[in-house]
Amino acid sequence: MLGRLLLHLVLLLVFAPLLQGVIVKTKALFGGRVGAPLLQPYWDLARLWRKGFVFSRTTTWVFRAGPVVGLTVPVLASLLVPFGALPAPFSFEGDLILFVYLFGLARFFTAAAALDTGSSFEGMGAAREVTFSCLAEPTMLFALMVLARLAGGLSLNSLLGTHLQAAWKGPAAAPLGLILVCLLVVLLVENSRIPFDDPNTHLELTMVHEVMVLDHSGPAFGMILYGAALKLMVLGALVVRLALPWQTGLWWLDALVFLGGMLLLAVLIGVVESIMARLRLVRIPQILIGTTLVSIFALVLVLR
Amino acid sequence: MHWIIAAALTIGLSGVPGLFLPRQGSAGERPACILVLLGVGCGLTGVAGALSGWVGDSFTLPWRIPGGELALRLDSLSAVFLLPVLLVVACGAVYGLGYWPQREHPDNGRKFRLFFGLIGSALIIVLTARNAVLFLLAWEVMALSSYFLITTEGEKVEARRAGFIYLVATHTGTLALFAMFALLEQLSGSFTFPAAQSLAAGGGAAIFSLGLFGFGLKAGLMPLHVWLPGAHAAAPSHASALLSGVMIKTGIYGLVRLTSFFADLPPWWGWSILALGAVSGIFGVAFALAQHDIKRLLAYHSVENIGIIALGLGIALLGRSFDLPALTLLGIAGALLHVINHGLFKSLLFLSAGSMIHATGTREIDHYGGLLKRQPWTGIFFLGGAVALSGLPPFNGFISECLFYLGAFNAFAGESRTVHLAVLAAPALALIGGLALACFVKVFGIAFLGEPRSDEAARAHEAPRSMRLAMLPLLGCCVWIGLLPMTVAPLLQRAALDWSARTGEVSLTAPLAPLAWVAGMGWGLILTVVVVGLWLQRLAKGAPDTVSTWGCGYALPGPRMQYTASSFADFLVGLFRFGLRTERRGGEVTDVFPVPGHFHSNTPDSVLDRLLYPGCRGAARGFTWLRARVQNGLVAVYLLYVAVTLFVLLLLITTI
Repeated sequence: MLGRLLLHLVLLLVFAPLLQGVIVKTKALFGGRVGAPLLQPYWDLARLWRKGFVFSRTTTWVFRAGPVVGLTVPVLASLLVPFGALPAPFSFEGDLILFVYLFGLARFFTAAAALDTGSSFEGMGAAREVTFSCLAEPTMLFALMVLARLAGGLSLNSLLGTHLQAAWKGPAAAPLGLILVCLLVVLLVENSRIPFDDPNTHLELTMVHEVMVLDHSGPAFGMILYGAALKLMVLGALVVRLALPWQTGLWWLDALVFLGGMLLLAVLIGVVESIMARLRLVRIPQILIGTTLVSIFALVLVLR
Repeated sequence: MHWIIAAALTIGLSGVPGLFLPRQGSAGERPACILVLLGVGCGLTGVAGALSGWVGDSFTLPWRIPGGELALRLDSLSAVFLLPVLLVVACGAVYGLGYWPQREHPDNGRKFRLFFGLIGSALIIVLTARNAVLFLLAWEVMALSSYFLITTEGEKVEARRAGFIYLVATHTGTLALFAMFALLEQLSGSFTFPAAQSLAAGGGAAIFSLGLFGFGLKAGLMPLHVWLPGAHAAAPSHASALLSGVMIKTGIYGLVRLTSFFADLPPWWGWSILALGAVSGIFGVAFALAQHDIKRLLAYHSVENIGIIALGLGIALLGRSFDLPALTLLGIAGALLHVINHGLFKSLLFLSAGSMIHATGTREIDHYGGLLKRQPWTGIFFLGGAVALSGLPPFNGFISECLFYLGAFNAFAGESRTVHLAVLAAPALALIGGLALACFVKVFGIAFLGEPRSDEAARAHEAPRSMRLAMLPLLGCCVWIGLLPMTVAPLLQRAALDWSARTGEVSLTAPLAPLAWVAGMGWGLILTVVVVGLWLQRLAKGAPDTVSTWGCGYALPGPRMQYTASSFADFLVGLFRFGLRTERRGGEVTDVFPVPGHFHSNTPDSVLDRLLYPGCRGAARGFTWLRARVQNGLVAVYLLYVAVTLFVLLLLITTI
């Protein structure tokens, strides 16, 4: 138990920033550039850690609570989700609901921290963030319902258990494929990636997540970046396990398969970001509602 | 049971001594508060005693009224509804000392305290009555006292209008209840409430429909919620807390009690409550998003939460129809827990909103801003209530929503294909949760954070100690249920057993086992956040905190440039425009050098302002026209009426 917990945390805390590096590298290669080194996110975090803070006189303790909750929640949520074939250290019936709602808590405090600065820029970002997330939430639930129906259990460990390998070969492959796409869309929305949001710029009026964290500085900003990397890894773990449901029985091999899957996912995100343009803001709700419909169709297929 | 009667009497009479004291001076506000607290103490002793079995749980006296009997009984189901009533009445009475002091409100303070006590007493009787006549009597006292609470400030047009709509609505509902109890008497043979599961469902369709209408009107299920937003906004805040937190729950209590009488339930009962719950939940929160009056917004959230409770009740009813005890148990336990939870956090939110109104004198969210610096305690209370209402861990709202989700997912266990559809309650709940979160980010962010948007907000002050003291136990209970949910599980299990004996087959320990984990994670979350927060605080010590927010190079940012409540919600409200139909005026930019402009947005209630009002106005006009034609003043025509009437009577007599 303790060993599993430590392994989980080490995998998460050590490898999460690497994914960001892989995404940036992929995009650079697509753009014909050399790009920043793979380990650049680590150096960025170290640099931010040594810097000082600047706080606006408008802000209160809520402004500082944002980064704290934003960093804590993905760590706690990671304890509920299996990393590939490595089962989650904490597992109970209904942990998937806690998993979804923990991210809700993080969103509440990140958005409140953005509004705490009194800047209309950040208000705009906060409004968009909560809008898109509440449209993504039903999709997530439908996808989890499909998985629960296939697994016959209600914990993430059983949802993403060993039965998936057989399920992919059976008639359940079609709904599984549909919700894989849906979960990928949710992943992109929740982690503010192209085509829903652009993580690179915050000076355009169209940006969502980056504009919310405009006024954070120093280690607090480092916490936000690190928290975002952790969130990508935790939500990505769902997609990776769904796509690569192999079980080897050796923990180090399972961990390697999982990490390989995560790297593939990062490359995929990089490719998506390179070949797609950002969507117009009004299109995003339409895409999200469309994804919800796809996930409902998947549910219809498994309930049939 | 005598304790409960003593509680009802003490609370009910608490406002009476004040009537004999002059309106100048304190007019007995402290004695009234002490009497209420005394009554609540009696009530809590009575509930604890009845539940543990050391005092009797029933009381019967014959009564002269035909069909009437003074029959009271307190089972666990009543206790679940009664506990929040007692807590909120006590907190409201203490809160009133600071919020509605007699010296500031000499005209209506005594009236308010009289009816505040009366409604508390009526609530206790409604929840324990075991006879239809007694129930309806207490129901009517409750309805009338709430009317007088809503029209406390009767000099304001808004309050009179809200009170009138409430009066019409509640009496329409009572009418349906009269019919329902009459039919119930036909079925069971007496006006005494039948025992649980003693009636066959045959002939229950009309009873259920009437009950759903009458009780739904009181609870505020979506198409029937017309009275709710105006009434909660017009009443003083501690009255709104009582009305919204516990009074509307009597409607849910009625539905729960009514459905417990029947042995086997047709599935359409569950489906209709489930559908109404989903509509109330989603549109309640969508309307809430569009509001910028804080009390109207909270009132729409009551509609949303009643919807959530109805979702749970619907799941439980389906569980009974399709014979799935686990589904029944989780649904009803979630619904009952949410009744308690909503009583706690909604009262907390109304009381802290009252504290904001007390400090600034306005209900407009867009006139607040930066209140957290001026009202740090109110801010924490409001934040606690907001997080709890959004159903986020580690507060109590999450616990009940977790039970709903577990219940909904359990529908997969059913044999029948149709019951699988109950699982659709889960995504509806997720959507409601997401929208509620957006709404409370909006309220908390716009009202408490940023810069003050008006002079009143800049001059705001912290609430007096009595008001803060009244909010503390409510927040404490929210945290308690959130972090130690196992402590309420036995009560829920017993209440579920009172509702349906079949739930006895499943022990709540197995389905509720996740709660221990959830609580553990909650503790972990709080600990980690505190540790990381303190660490960050230590790192940030001595950091400059006097610079202004970065304005992208603009040197003169003003508080009016901040995001407003309307603009925050605009995107989401736009997605629901098919149901909300927000009216917007102004805001267009016409020229290269625009002149100063104004923008105004308003979201009237779709059912009341767009359907009932025009409908009633049209009907009134039609009847006026008809009356003018019929009563036209020509004697010849009147004679014709007499002749026609006689002829018709003759015809009737000869044919029968």
